Amino acid sequence: MATDIQTSPDKSSSERTALIRAGLRRRHLNEQIFRGLGIAAIAIALGFVALLFADVFRKGIPAFVQSNVHLSVTFDAEVIDVGPAPARGDFASDAEYTAASLKWQRDLALLNWNTIVEASLRKAAPEGFEIDSRQIQSIPETNARHQIREMFVRDPSLLGQTVEVDVLASANAANWIKGNINRDLGDAQQQLSPPARQLIDIFVENGTISNGFAWSIFTNVDSRAAPASAGLLGAFVGTLWMMLIVVVLAVPIGVAAAIYLEEFAPKSRLTDLIEVNINNLAAVPSIVFGLLGAAVFINWFHLPISAPLVGGLVLTLMTLPTIIIATRGALMGVSPALRQAALGMGASKTQMVFHHVLPVTFPSILTATILGVAHALGETAPLLLIGMKAFVASVPATPLDQAAALPVQIYLWQGNENRNFFEPRTAAAIMVLLAVMILLNGVAIYLRSRLEKRA
Amino acid sequence: MNALVVAGVLIVLLGISYQTGWSKSRNLVTADGVKVHSRPQYHGSFTAIWAMIPALVILLLWAWFGGGITHNYTVSQIPQDILVSLDQAGLNGALIRINALASGYGVAGETAPWEQAAGDAVRSFNFLTFAGTLILAVVAGGAGLFYARSQINARLRARNSVERVVNVLLLACSAVAILTTVGIVASLVTEALRFFTFINPIDFFFGTVWAPNNAGGDNHGSYGLLPLLSGTLMITAIAMIVAVPVGLLSAIYLSQYAPKSFRAVAKPLIEILAGIPTIVFGFFALVTVGPFLRDFGNAIGLQISATSALTAGIVMGIMIIPFVSSLSDDIMNQVPRTLRDGAYGLGATQSETIRNVLLPAALPGIVGAFLLAVSRAIGETMIVVLAAGNAPILRGSPFEPVSTITVSIVNQLTGDTDFTGPQSLVGFALGLTLFVVTLCLNIFALYIVRRFREQYE
Repeated sequence: MATDIQTSPDKSSSERTALIRAGLRRRHLNEQIFRGLGIAAIAIALGFVALLFADVFRKGIPAFVQSNVHLSVTFDAEVIDVGPAPARGDFASDAEYTAASLKWQRDLALLNWNTIVEASLRKAAPEGFEIDSRQIQSIPETNARHQIREMFVRDPSLLGQTVEVDVLASANAANWIKGNINRDLGDAQQQLSPPARQLIDIFVENGTISNGFAWSIFTNVDSRAAPASAGLLGAFVGTLWMMLIVVVLAVPIGVAAAIYLEEFAPKSRLTDLIEVNINNLAAVPSIVFGLLGAAVFINWFHLPISAPLVGGLVLTLMTLPTIIIATRGALMGVSPALRQAALGMGASKTQMVFHHVLPVTFPSILTATILGVAHALGETAPLLLIGMKAFVASVPATPLDQAAALPVQIYLWQGNENRNFFEPRTAAAIMVLLAVMILLNGVAIYLRSRLEKRA
Repeated sequence: MNALVVAGVLIVLLGISYQTGWSKSRNLVTADGVKVHSRPQYHGSFTAIWAMIPALVILLLWAWFGGGITHNYTVSQIPQDILVSLDQAGLNGALIRINALASGYGVAGETAPWEQAAGDAVRSFNFLTFAGTLILAVVAGGAGLFYARSQINARLRARNSVERVVNVLLLACSAVAILTTVGIVASLVTEALRFFTFINPIDFFFGTVWAPNNAGGDNHGSYGLLPLLSGTLMITAIAMIVAVPVGLLSAIYLSQYAPKSFRAVAKPLIEILAGIPTIVFGFFALVTVGPFLRDFGNAIGLQISATSALTAGIVMGIMIIPFVSSLSDDIMNQVPRTLRDGAYGLGATQSETIRNVLLPAALPGIVGAFLLAVSRAIGETMIVVLAAGNAPILRGSPFEPVSTITVSIVNQLTGDTDFTGPQSLVGFALGLTLFVVTLCLNIFALYIVRRFREQYE
């Protein structure tokens, strides 16, 4: 190319070529730099993805291991002196029997079960190990005594017997065992007293304490008094309730709205307004939906606070625009030939839409629904405003009960004072949340590819 | 229990009415060459609609007014001399006891004879009204059923009626979107106006001190918006500084340079970032990015707080990268190929084409995309709740803790229903501010993007 430019009289052609060559070198260098910047940007973005996942996994995986204390517990008849459990036969009516057995359980609860726990711990400790009662009881989690009491309530014939029981190690003990706390810190900064720490190390060595998979994360509800036993079950069920409500409400309403707007709506001011509305609703910050829930559902309609019902309704309103927009897109993509064929065969417009157009869009609607639900699943801010910040230690049986939700549980755990113990737990909860989301997204991708191939 | 009975009765009514219409339609005699207008399903649906609507209306009316009627009846069962001696709390207590007796659950302690009598009366009243409503609903439904059945003949345009009902239902569903907006605006405006009866709007919008007195009492504290606004804007600016170059450059590389196979892998991977819940980003900022920035600052002699505008801004920027990247990718794909081909034809390199032709042509659309990203950053909550440090003080350094509008909403509205003082009502004033700001940004951005698209269509 360069040799073609020969019209200028004041420079020889070789000078010109050299000039253009130099310019080209500079331009090609710029090209390389620009391309490099692009690659760097991608590397940064992907690096963040990798870093985030690696970080959460590195922090979370240790929390899936729990420290169990194997105890041989003796149900000492001298400590448990409340008499035999009431039998149904001794009472005239069910009511009297219930009252008596409740009284018996209340008497049991008043006993000092800690002495039984302590005795079994001392049995496992080496002969003559010097440790006081408070220190040795800092090793098992505080719910150990309830666990043993409940065993006895279920089976009163255990009185006087010795059985093997696994209880959880306390959060502080678990920190010490896993090295979540710096072992070189002075006594003043350690949560456990020196003899307790020493005894824990002995227990680990002689097998009284061993590590196992932390099923408690999946089978227990949240707990403050016994942090080592805190689990996600309540939050998980709360989230399930909300997702159920979102699916049951958002999908029919969203699909119906999309059908109306795309297929039936006359071009009028009203439908224009609805359309602008939906586009804006999709971009309204989620916290504003929380304010709506707090003011309308809780303050005006007096629905119960921190119930999955209210959370589900708020998330439904938030998910609706997504589903409407996706469904409209899918309806728009259906080929006119299909519509005209249906109409040509004498179908009414409603029949055409419901019998012919809608079934074709099914894969897209399904995918949009799953993605919308996955998005709603991770939403936290609106739930905080409708009172789901509350500590709830139960599994919600109905959508009207108080409940937590997975993302809210993460928020609550990250704020727990026992950072050493709850930071891994929070990361573990995040792993569970991410696993559910990845699963949902995977299902969406799989279904779409499968159904689209068939269509 | 009652709900199950009602649902069961309704389902039975639905089934019977549909079946009635369907079978009558099947048995229609088509005389004189008149064909049946609608298929049996439509006659079935027609009958079912006629049966269900009266029944549902009656049940809904009772659900709406029944509670008040029962309440009044229960109060009327308390003897007059006792009623006058009760204050509001005492009355509520008495009502709870009477209802407990009426439900058969029983109450603790001695039962006064009048309590027992009232309980029995309320129990029979509850039963009678429930049974009465249900029977009324069934009778009304049955009447509708028989009317519809009598209407069925070969000429009845049942399909058209059914389709009209379907149409109304569809319209009602799309009205939910409008109702949501109306609900948002109504709740924000009414509660914010109540807030402004406590606090002068000028003190709110132009105040420089944010110090709500959450203890209650006559001293409400001060509610200046500016510290929160400055924190919000600072974090948004930092987020955009991170997200815009990275997002835009990766979009350019993916859409212009990358081979197809690389694009197919890298694009979904980057979009994973968009699907991660913001609480996860918040945790990441709090436990990893914040401490890292603090240590990094110490190493170069800078005082950086672990929770600061910088921490929250950087992580929010990471969150927004895929948003910026996919929107700009979209927009650059809309620029006509001829523009690019023209530039190549003049001997421009690829990067020169992108910088001098593609980007200027796509600029309006990209600006629109950035505004959408800004609006998202302003409304983002969980990252800033965890990582911004919650220090509502007006200051200019990004290395120190700040607070934002969204953080203050979360702090002031803890979910208690007690919307009586400015302490909680301020959440709605802040929410209104947030809603208006993001709405304006969104409308403006969507307008720009739409104009841009039309330009090349």
